[in-house]
Amino acid sequence: MQLVVAHMYPDLLNIYADRGNVAVLLRRASWRDIELIVRPVDQGQRLPGDADLVYIGGGQDRDQQLIAADIASRSEELESFVDDDGALLAVCGGYQLLGRAYVDADGSELPGAGVFPLRTVAGERRLIGDVLLECAFAEGPARPVAGFENHAGRTELDAGARPFGRVIYGFGNDGRSGYEGCTRKAAIGTYLHGPLLPRNPWLADWLLERALEHRTGQEHDLSPLDDALEASAQALASQRARARGGRL
Amino acid sequence: MASGGFGSEARLTIGRGAAHIVARVARWSGRGGGTTLPGRALLAIAPDAIASLGRRLPERSILISATNGKTTTTAMAATILGGRYRLAYNSAGANLASGVASALVSASKAELGLLEVDEAALPGLGDSLSPRSVVLGNLFRDQLDRYGELETIATSWRAGIARLPDDCVVIANADDARVVDVVGDRAGTLTFGIDDPSVGNDDPGHASDARTCFVCGQPLVYETAYVGHLGDWHCSRCDSRRPALQIAARSIRTRGLEGVDFELATPAGTVEVALEIPGLYNVYNALAAASLAHVIGIEPQVIAEGLTRFRPAFGRVERITIGERRVLLLLAKNPAGANEIVRTVSDNGSLPVIVIALNDDIADGRDVSWIWDVDFERLMPHAERVIASGSRAEELALRFKYGGYDPDRLEVARDLATALDRGLQLTPSGAEMTVIPTYTAMLALQRILTNRGLVKPYWDRAPG
Repeated sequence: MQLVVAHMYPDLLNIYADRGNVAVLLRRASWRDIELIVRPVDQGQRLPGDADLVYIGGGQDRDQQLIAADIASRSEELESFVDDDGALLAVCGGYQLLGRAYVDADGSELPGAGVFPLRTVAGERRLIGDVLLECAFAEGPARPVAGFENHAGRTELDAGARPFGRVIYGFGNDGRSGYEGCTRKAAIGTYLHGPLLPRNPWLADWLLERALEHRTGQEHDLSPLDDALEASAQALASQRARARGGRL
Repeated sequence: MASGGFGSEARLTIGRGAAHIVARVARWSGRGGGTTLPGRALLAIAPDAIASLGRRLPERSILISATNGKTTTTAMAATILGGRYRLAYNSAGANLASGVASALVSASKAELGLLEVDEAALPGLGDSLSPRSVVLGNLFRDQLDRYGELETIATSWRAGIARLPDDCVVIANADDARVVDVVGDRAGTLTFGIDDPSVGNDDPGHASDARTCFVCGQPLVYETAYVGHLGDWHCSRCDSRRPALQIAARSIRTRGLEGVDFELATPAGTVEVALEIPGLYNVYNALAAASLAHVIGIEPQVIAEGLTRFRPAFGRVERITIGERRVLLLLAKNPAGANEIVRTVSDNGSLPVIVIALNDDIADGRDVSWIWDVDFERLMPHAERVIASGSRAEELALRFKYGGYDPDRLEVARDLATALDRGLQLTPSGAEMTVIPTYTAMLALQRILTNRGLVKPYWDRAPG
């Protein structure tokens, strides 16, 4: 079995260990005898037609400005990929750029790809620290996600938009709403890095299952792996978030 | 609120007295060498003490800042200048305002300030001290949760440099495109860099911090990349390119983990330098120290002798013998530094045991995602055993697991003393164990080794 991952702008959007997320997808697929083919997608290149999963990371402000127009021009391409049940993970800057719009510190509004129903406004103070979420977007019981956030943007979800998780400790989208990230079908946008997937392997498997379903049109349940180390890392990261205390 | 009716001169006198008492108490109680507390006491009483004490230095001050290597660069410069000037020097790496104030107050007869300065503190200290020279070593992504992003630092440096007095000589690493952009066309800037393609790579690596031109935004082309994005760069579209090098390292010959030799070319002549500390990153540190010495008129021969005499600060590169085994300690503060250590260690062949200790205190960075910017993959084929340690040992173990390292050769021991003992147990007699700690893990290791009588406490170690 083969799956194709489109890794967008890997040279410019890679600031918070984004290759760690890709490495986790790669290994956890190969341990189940699935070959993951990673195709880099740079400015001006089309999204590969056979992509099952799209990954977009975060970058420094300047690098994000460089690709903002390119990503906004992909509105149709990305929207039809998500409507078609393709799996997607966008972290930090990638998450912001996939919203409807981003308003920078000078007040000028840049259009986004519009995949997620949200708008982000640059804030003064950066929101930095460990975060613990409870995620109920997937089937089954709510599950914890532990990550690290570092963003100046305040993201507001449109009415009816589905968040990625409820904030237990940390700031989340804007430090007030009590929610973090956004989901739409098999697409996830979040501020959390750390990187996100090594310490939250259930989320990596959820994305791989959605990518498998996109490829085959059938339901897939991945075989369990020994995740003792991952669980221990998650427990420690959750403890860090707890030590930080409640929101704001 | 003013402190009663005292004027600033009186406050300075009282503050200096308080600082001396705090220094003595700190030393006497054994709670460290008092590298920041006296300065804090002083600044609480006399907020403008740094400016006042700075004005009393007949030879003024030199400030040294960079993401990587500022402590080593400053120590190298102190070795070169120590025989010529009485220095006010923050030798223990206490590089915020409190550490600078401590250095100034504890060296009351000093002639010249030689001050390592934190990146975020540089603009403010530049304003207070009106320095004769400022050394800008490099700008890499550091532990990003401390300062926000690189852009923020670059912007504050640009503004800070514009406010420096006209006679202040800015010394810039020409191989760093971001530093060159920050300096702009400031008159009298002295440039340094490496000029030896035989020791470089043709690509700055996956986590490069300067991929696109700072003038026009088009991709940068690297003729040669030496350390991360430091190299011979030019823009693929506009005329932006590495400026001519006034101080350069040529004909570089590495001696494994022992050291590195090179030719130091300066406008005053070319000399041979034999550094007893390895790695190309230390060639950059030596170039920065040499440039600074050149600016204040030190002859090339004296510079070369100082650099050759230089020995590194504790833990940056340290060899300790424990019974029949040796321990090589290499400090990894951030991705760029860690990458150079990985490169240097991997080039040295097979490694029986590596202990890597990752802490997440403020000085290490709370956000541990930076370990993914380090090319541990390069180390993996050479490492027989890896022990992940420190307060975030599991994150490090996951870095190796998902990097493809054999899980059967990977162990986790959060406690540093346990990891050290386990490593020694796995190291064959006569062999060397490699220990790579983050900053606070290095300090903790030093305490463990001091308690075992194997090294002296840092405040008793003479610099250089």
